[in-house]
Amino acid sequence: MTDTVFTSLADAFPAVGFEQVLDPPQDVARVPAEFYLEFVAAAKTSGFNVFSDLCGVDYLRRDPRFEVVLNLVSHVHMRRLRIRVEVPASNLELASITSVFPGANFYERETFDLFGIVFTGHPDLTRILLPDEWDGHPLRKDYSVGSVPVRFKESPKAK
Amino acid sequence: MSDTPNIVTGDLEAPTTEAPAAAGAAASDGADARREMHDMWVAGTEEPAWLRSYTDEGAQEMLEADKDPALELHRGTVVDDDFIFDDVADDDELQILNMGPQHPSTHGVLRLHLELDGETIRRVKPIIGYLHTGMEKTGETLTYMQGSTNVTRMDYLSPMHMELAFSLAVESLLGIEIPERGQAIRVLLTELNRVSSHLVWAATQGTDLGAVSMLIYGLRDREYILQFFEKTTGLRMNHNFIRPGGVAADLPDGWEEDIDEIIAKVKQGVSEYEELFNGNPIFRDRTMGVGVITPEECNALGVTGPIARASGIKWDLRKAFPYSGIEKYDFDVPTGRHGDVWDRYLVRMEEIQQSLGIVKQVLETMPAGDYRTTDRKVTPPPRKRIDESMEALIHHFKLFTSGFKVPAGETYQAVESPRGELGMYIVSDGREKPWRMHARTPSFNHVQALPAMMTDSLVADIVATIASADPVLGDVDR
Repeated sequence: MTDTVFTSLADAFPAVGFEQVLDPPQDVARVPAEFYLEFVAAAKTSGFNVFSDLCGVDYLRRDPRFEVVLNLVSHVHMRRLRIRVEVPASNLELASITSVFPGANFYERETFDLFGIVFTGHPDLTRILLPDEWDGHPLRKDYSVGSVPVRFKESPKAK
Repeated sequence: MSDTPNIVTGDLEAPTTEAPAAAGAAASDGADARREMHDMWVAGTEEPAWLRSYTDEGAQEMLEADKDPALELHRGTVVDDDFIFDDVADDDELQILNMGPQHPSTHGVLRLHLELDGETIRRVKPIIGYLHTGMEKTGETLTYMQGSTNVTRMDYLSPMHMELAFSLAVESLLGIEIPERGQAIRVLLTELNRVSSHLVWAATQGTDLGAVSMLIYGLRDREYILQFFEKTTGLRMNHNFIRPGGVAADLPDGWEEDIDEIIAKVKQGVSEYEELFNGNPIFRDRTMGVGVITPEECNALGVTGPIARASGIKWDLRKAFPYSGIEKYDFDVPTGRHGDVWDRYLVRMEEIQQSLGIVKQVLETMPAGDYRTTDRKVTPPPRKRIDESMEALIHHFKLFTSGFKVPAGETYQAVESPRGELGMYIVSDGREKPWRMHARTPSFNHVQALPAMMTDSLVADIVATIASADPVLGDVDR
């Protein structure tokens, strides 16, 4: 890792893999789930102080199956950092980062709602976009489009 | 993963070892029917605890006061504003008021759960999802060619920015360059769209504060821009004009005169609004010191765009991470100091002027050349070639039916929409359709920040604060 912005982070977390993808380069850190919360807190103190985005991805045939992708922005370094955390289907739990970034609140609820990933320590982990009584998590790849029958009003009887 | 083979190979077509019971057979046992709906739960494995626990109207209820993190953040920061910090009344004196989702000043179907202590708002819980249409899921079923028709419907007041973010993301995965004229057209349309979106905000902000004639003025001036969009793209909204590879068509003949006219008319309109608002004691009283959000709160909650700039954060993605050649144009980033509704009004008004300045520069420096890439992978052959060549016809047909393949990878591209950072995260698995398409929409964060703006202020300020946050509910719920 030649980049000085990430030197302190890379030193503190040797298990984290930093890489640059595409051109112009985008900085990506692959963080093991057990360091996730500490890494995010350390990233915040190292200058990545703006919460930008959090979402889930379902790589159906891959193991671990799920991934949570967090985007942080640094106004100081004028950089963006994408943090990818793998979440196995056998243990769908990940630490909530709402204690570090309160803005993750809605995004973690959305990810819980649409992927079923449980964020431990979240103050109010309930469905946000779908009705409370909804079954299943629609953005999973094994939840097909059109699998839920839509109930229309009774059609006029044919004469 | 050998112990749970069904998850790894869990394909919809592939039969599992234990086929799910038919709906009729399972109807007798409620638990079985419920399990059947849970796609995750695989027969033969133990049902995880989180599947058994249901949310049961949880989203509709407020947390206990001492557990509310938004409140903690808010009361932890020092804000200079009209907040009322009297002793909080007992629980039985607090009143719960439900506002929306059909309230006219919630700008759509936003619902607010308010806890009132007399006239003072003690806590707010925004409840969203009434406009959720699963557009991210839909995006996974559409090819990259069709994708921009989908994303343009998310933020219906700034469709150009949605299309641009999507196109930039796809192009970064493809690694293609857009010709200069294509980039300039994109800048022209997105900046015009910023003006039209801010004009709607001005119209609704005025209406919500009692200046009802403002609705007519704002929409009147926006109409000039929409007419130009209709002339250029064929539609007033949801254009599908900015596409991966460039834009759909060149600008219409005589576009220079149209732009000149738009600039003159909108500038005239904006000076009228300023005359209407700036010295108006009612407007000043109802906006100054109202709905304050601090820079720390903005950063922590992911608030961007004019709201963050009104708090004093000088941050604009057009300057920080320039896209589509916008760095070639000269413009300022206006900022406020107080982070209240009044500063947001000033910032947006100045942004209209700056955007018109960019439009004028584009008009003067519009380069000649192609408006889309000549890369035949994403661009169909010219119309004339289709008449002459069978291969060109097949190529055109294939492109519009099965689309083009995008190399595997993941990317995040963001643009500065009228509301703030609008990002598009796309994961490609090398096929014609995105494996995952996620839109990071600014209104989502801004609705989340409403409690920070409203808590401990007065009921009468709610509509002023919502209007200044300028949420688009299609953008929130997607």
